[in-house]
Amino acid sequence: MDSGAPNLTELDQLAAETGSLTGRKHLLSLTVENKPGVLARIAGLFSRRGFNIDTLAVGPTEDPNFSRMTITIDGAKHPIDQVTKQLNKLINVVKLRDMEPRETTAREMALFKVSAPVESRHEIMQFAEIFRGRVVDVSRKSMTVEVTGPADKIEAFERMVRPHGLIEMVRTGEVALGRSPADS
Amino acid sequence: MMEALKVEGVEYIFGIPGGANLPVYDAVHGADFTHIHARHEQGAGHMAEGYAKASGRVGVTFATSGPGATNLVTPIADAQMDSVPTVFITGQVRTDLIGTDGFQEADITGITYPIVKHSLMVTEASQIPEYVHEAFQIASTGRPGPVLIDVPQDLGRAEIDYEPNTKPVELAGYKPSVEGNINQIKIAAKALASATRPVIYAGGGVINAEASEELRELCLVDDLPVTCTLMGLGSFPAPNEQWLGMLGMHGTRAANYAMDEADLIVAVGARFDDRITGKLSEFAPNAKFIHIDIDPAEISKNVAAHIPIVGDAKAVLTALTSEYRALQPDGTRLAEWWGRISEWRKEYPLTYKDSKDSTIKPQAMIESLNRATNGEAIVTSDVGQHQMWVAQYYDFPQPRRWINSGGLGTMGVGLPFAIGAKIACPQETVVCVTGDGSLIMTVQELATAVSNDVPVKVLLMNNGHYGMVRQWQELFWDSKHVAIEMGESPDWVKLADAFGCAAARVDDKADLDQAISDTLAEEGPALLDVRVDPTENCYPMIPAGAAARDMVG
Repeated sequence: MDSGAPNLTELDQLAAETGSLTGRKHLLSLTVENKPGVLARIAGLFSRRGFNIDTLAVGPTEDPNFSRMTITIDGAKHPIDQVTKQLNKLINVVKLRDMEPRETTAREMALFKVSAPVESRHEIMQFAEIFRGRVVDVSRKSMTVEVTGPADKIEAFERMVRPHGLIEMVRTGEVALGRSPADS
Repeated sequence: MMEALKVEGVEYIFGIPGGANLPVYDAVHGADFTHIHARHEQGAGHMAEGYAKASGRVGVTFATSGPGATNLVTPIADAQMDSVPTVFITGQVRTDLIGTDGFQEADITGITYPIVKHSLMVTEASQIPEYVHEAFQIASTGRPGPVLIDVPQDLGRAEIDYEPNTKPVELAGYKPSVEGNINQIKIAAKALASATRPVIYAGGGVINAEASEELRELCLVDDLPVTCTLMGLGSFPAPNEQWLGMLGMHGTRAANYAMDEADLIVAVGARFDDRITGKLSEFAPNAKFIHIDIDPAEISKNVAAHIPIVGDAKAVLTALTSEYRALQPDGTRLAEWWGRISEWRKEYPLTYKDSKDSTIKPQAMIESLNRATNGEAIVTSDVGQHQMWVAQYYDFPQPRRWINSGGLGTMGVGLPFAIGAKIACPQETVVCVTGDGSLIMTVQELATAVSNDVPVKVLLMNNGHYGMVRQWQELFWDSKHVAIEMGESPDWVKLADAFGCAAARVDDKADLDQAISDTLAEEGPALLDVRVDPTENCYPMIPAGAAARDMVG
C-alpha cells in the first residue's frame, strides 16, 4: 500500500472472525428469568435455527426469581458463537456463560438398571464401587446403580455394564459451576 | 392500559374488537388516541407497521383472542424480519378458561415465540401498565421489533392503581450496545483509508437509526461509492454521483459488480441476506468486511466480519467519520476504482425496451410516477415484480419514503402500509404501487381508507398474473406455467367503486401521465387500474444461488 500514511491498516493483514466451528463440546450456563414460557422460547430458538441440544438441565438457583439452565451442545456441528448470540438476544436470558472446560466443575447423575443374576451381581457391584456409584435398588434379576460425575465417567460406566445387559438408563444432563480461584 | 399508552405518547391505534378484548375497547371509548378500525386484523397490523416505518414511532395494534390474534401472525413476522417497532395487544380468554380450549382460545404467545422480539403474557392485572412500558421500550430500542402483550379478558377489566411512569424500565436481560468500540472504529477508519476499491453497503438499519445524514457525511469525506439494500433505499439520497443504485438479486450491475471486485466492504445496518449475497461462497471474493450493526447476532452470521462493530449506526458513523477525516485519506487513490465503476454504469444502465404500440411497460409506469411526484411521495409496495421496478426506477431522496416488505416478502402489505403511512404523515402524498396478485389479498382495507377518510392513492400495476412467479416459471421451470393467472376477475374499477373509492383505468401509454396525475389529484382515496404488458420480466437478475458476476438480462 503506497498511500504514504504509515499507520494505516493493511487490508491483507486483517483476519476474519472465525466464530464458526470449534470442534469440541460446549457447556453453556444460562441464568434465566423464572417466568412462564422461558423454556419454550429457548427450545424453540434451538429448533428454529437448526441447533441440536445434547443435554439440558433446568433448576432453581439461590435467587427464586431466576433459574439456571445448563445446555451442552456440540461445537463440531454448530457455530457456538451464533448460538450464544441468539440466546443472548432473548430478553429472559439474563446471563450466559460459555464455560471454560478447565475452569469448570461439571457433574451429571445417571441411573442404570442392569440385568444382575446372582453370578454377575458381584462384578457389577465392583464396577459400582470403582466408579463410586451406589446401588439404589435391587431385585432378584436386576440392580439399579446411581453414578455421579462428569459425562465421560458416566459414559465409561455405561460401557462397563452394557455387556451385562443394560435394561434401562436415564441421565440428568450435566450441571456446572465455574471453579473459584484457590485463594478466594 | 390506556393511561400507560398515553404516557407512551400513542396517538393512533389500529385494530378490531371482539369478545376477549371488549374490556380494552370499553376503555378506548373516551381515550386520548384515535382508533382506526381496520377490516381484518392482518390489515390492522400492517397499518401499524406502515405508521411505524413512515414516522419512526411505535405502531400499535389491538386484536381479540383466537382468530383475531392468529390473524396478526403475518404482520408480527413481517415486523420481526424488517425490524419494525410495533406493539401488538391481544385479548385472551378468561384466566379460568386458559388451557381448556375455550371459545376463541389460541395460545398466541406460544404461536408467536419464534417471530417476536419479546412477548408478555399478563397473569395479574397489576402487570398491565408495567408491561405496556416494557413493551414500548423493547420494541423501540436496540434493533427494533414486534412485542406482543396478551391480556386475558378478566384481567383486562380489573380495576388497578396506576401512577404514570415515564422512567425507562430496568430490564436485567436487555442492554443494547449503542456506542461502538472506539478501538474497532479506529481500525475501521484506517482500513477504509487504505482501501482502493471500497464500497459502502447500507441497509435498513441506517434508516431505523435515523443515521442518513451521518452516512452522507462519511461518504463525503472523500468520494466513497454507496449502494443500498432494498430496505436501505432512501438512506442515501438518490440519484447521486456516488450512488450505485440498489444491490442484490435485482440490483444494478454497477452495484453488484462493485461488490464483486471490492477490496473493502463497509456494511452498515445490513445483514447479508441471501437476496444480497447470491451464492455465499462466491460473494465479494476479494473483500474484507467491516460490519456495523446494533444486533451482535447479525455479525458474522452469514459473512465473517474482519472488523465487527456492535453499535447504533448513528453513533458509530459519527465516530467513524471523524476518525476517517482525521486520517486525511487520499481521495486520488479511488480514481481508478471510479473509472471502473463508471464503465459499468455506462455499459449497463437500468433500461428496458419501450413498446412499439400503445402498450404500457411496467417500468414506464414507475418512471411516470417518479416524474409526477418528483420523487417526493411516500411510496409503499407489495411484493413481486412491481416492488422491484419501484426499487429500480423510483428515486428516493430521503429516508422513510419507501415502505415495503423486504425480509418476509409479504404480499398484501401495500395498501395497509399506505393507510398507516398516510395517517402518520397526513401532509405527504402517499402512493401504494401494487400488483393485482397482491392487492386482492388485503383489498378489504379500501373500506378502512374510505370510511376513515384516508386519501391514499393506489396505482395498480395490473398484468393479470403473479408476475414474478410467472417470470420464475418461465426462466427456471421450463415455462410450465401453473396457478399464476388472475384472469379478468375482479373488475378493479367496479370493485373500488363499490368501496366508495374513486377509480379509473388506463391501458394506452399516451394517456398514462395524465391518468396518474388525475389519480394523484383526487381528494379522497383513489385507485388507478394500469394495464401493463403481462410478458415483461424484471431485469437485471442474479438467478437464485448464482454469483453477482453471473447476472442475467
